Amino acid sequence: MFAYYGRLALRSLASTPGLTALMVLAIGLGIGVCVTILTVYHGVSSNPLWWKSDRVYAVTMDAWNPAEPAYPERPHLAPPQLTYIDATYLAASDVPLRKVITYPVNAVVSGGVNAGRAFKTRTRITTGDFFGMFDVPFQYGGGWTAAADAGPQNVIVLSRALNAKLFGGASGVGQTIRWNDREFQVIGVLNDWQPLPRFYDMNTGPFDDPEDAYIPWGWGRVLAQITSGTLRCWNTAEPVDTYEQVAASSCAWIQMWVELPDASARERMQTVLDAYWSEQRSALRFQRPRNNRLTNVAQWLRDQEIVQDDNRMLVRLAFAFLVVCLINTAGLLLAKFLNSAPASGIRRALGASRLHIFMQHIVEAGILAAGGCIVGLLLSAAGLWGLRVLYANSTETGSGYAGFSYVDSATLVWALVLTVVTTLLAGSYPAWRIGRVPPTVYLKSQ
Amino acid sequence: MLKMTHVSKVYRTDVIETHALRDFSIAVSDGEFVAVTGPSGSGKTTFLNVAGLLEPFESGVYELANADVSRLSDNARSRLRNEKLGFIFQSFNLIPTLNIYDNVDVPLRYRRMSSAERHKRVSGALDLVGLSARMKHLPSQLSGGQQQRAAIARAIVGEPVLLLADEPTGNLDSLMARQIMDLLAEINRSGTTIVLVTHDAELARRSHRNVHIVDGQLADPGASPPQTAQPPSPSAAA
Repeated sequence: MFAYYGRLALRSLASTPGLTALMVLAIGLGIGVCVTILTVYHGVSSNPLWWKSDRVYAVTMDAWNPAEPAYPERPHLAPPQLTYIDATYLAASDVPLRKVITYPVNAVVSGGVNAGRAFKTRTRITTGDFFGMFDVPFQYGGGWTAAADAGPQNVIVLSRALNAKLFGGASGVGQTIRWNDREFQVIGVLNDWQPLPRFYDMNTGPFDDPEDAYIPWGWGRVLAQITSGTLRCWNTAEPVDTYEQVAASSCAWIQMWVELPDASARERMQTVLDAYWSEQRSALRFQRPRNNRLTNVAQWLRDQEIVQDDNRMLVRLAFAFLVVCLINTAGLLLAKFLNSAPASGIRRALGASRLHIFMQHIVEAGILAAGGCIVGLLLSAAGLWGLRVLYANSTETGSGYAGFSYVDSATLVWALVLTVVTTLLAGSYPAWRIGRVPPTVYLKSQ
Repeated sequence: MLKMTHVSKVYRTDVIETHALRDFSIAVSDGEFVAVTGPSGSGKTTFLNVAGLLEPFESGVYELANADVSRLSDNARSRLRNEKLGFIFQSFNLIPTLNIYDNVDVPLRYRRMSSAERHKRVSGALDLVGLSARMKHLPSQLSGGQQQRAAIARAIVGEPVLLLADEPTGNLDSLMARQIMDLLAEINRSGTTIVLVTHDAELARRSHRNVHIVDGQLADPGASPPQTAQPPSPSAAA
């Protein structure tokens, strides 16, 4: 029966091409705007490591200026980064299952099929637990051990994109490339991985892509590489010209994360933090009130105010726009269905029940909504592309939407949900109305 | 086949009540061909709509094929319309966007019937009315007489026990009207009961029995009992 309804619907829609196009466009526009805004909102508000929300924590301590908080507008929060001294001390603790201390640097790499050409690459210096703690997927090979951090060993992990650039799509594992003036052996290639927001380091654009190369923590000191990200210092009397000076300073520039498998481990880690704080307080390094925090990813995103009120307002406006589009579509559908009411009267006289008539028209509305969904997805893809183009050259912190480079699965689910709701909202009332019309009204007037 | 007893039907608006049928009683036997005549506004079409389960009525009892159908749900009435009744209208009431084959197929679509069975029945009905060659035509591509024959094919394709015809020749010239009446007579001879509403006295004379409605009531109630108007045998009618 549904195939019959489908054929009737297609015939009916084809008989009024202008009106059909108008309705598909109205639904598509509403869905397109909504999905675009929802994609952005989903990106900025979602927890990209939700399955580990009760295991992975950011570590922060307030070693900032005793005269004022690091962020006067958010005085209750400690700075989001640690000093080198604090980070390396805490990373030595054996309480966490995994621990990551990390920061970004810039480098020049060459090798592979592009051996003759060097190019700038964003690199992350990190402890090897980075990959396991954040469940980073590998296409080839894997990460490194703590021994490689301590060595440090000449090993490097590449992103899928950099591996493709260097080795033309073949696995680069086992190959050697040049990273600045040193040779590193590729031991792993990441699969596609784009946490949105890039929660582990939101200091330089929470929606930027992850780095293209990863090398062991020990290389930072050996190569005297300080961060290319955010280096925040409050004590202007301290010299910060060399790596050693920065490492010994009160400047905050290192992100630290720990994986604590249960509440007991969390409690013990908090004790470690508090004991260290007391010790440093006695040594007059920490002069601000105690504010030692272990923050899970969800709370971390809230603390960093990634989801702004503007975004929420935009989502409300997008839904309001969708409602306006649906009301218009419902009006057009009602007019179209009433125009074909005589045929429905004949069908009723010949034995169609109200449900038959309702289903026939709801299938027509469903086909319209499916068309609107396709148009809406195309429009949302265009909208996201527009955002990427608009923000392609933006480097300001928190300004970029460059990470929204695709319509993801969540967006597709939203589009499907919206389609179902659209069908029900826009089609139900006209379909119900037409089923209630007494058949005799139209039988004489044919 | 059809028996109405003391049926009343009232149309109401905010300011006026119209009694279309008043204490209306009639009986039609199996296989009968009854013509219903009467002046405009007398209640002929209302009677046909009530008989066709297209409209509910206020009071009285209506029995169709020996079953009380007075207070059925909308779904049950739809099912009965589909399985037991056939309709022929003055203005044909073919669906303009469907070709003749698909128009005739419409009633069968609301039964759980295989595609092969539907095809057999539709082809048979179109053969009977002489429109097999026009099955792919749209209604607008046919003459009035052909359209009415298509409507008759649609009415009989479901093999109804009762055919209700409302002025089926009203929009046709006399030659076409005669052909349609011949067709209806042939259908009646095959055993289908027919109730025909008409203004045309000549057409009414071709029926087995003529009942006259005035002001929502039978003008001659004595003519209505079925035992006084038994249909002739098929051989006598032929």
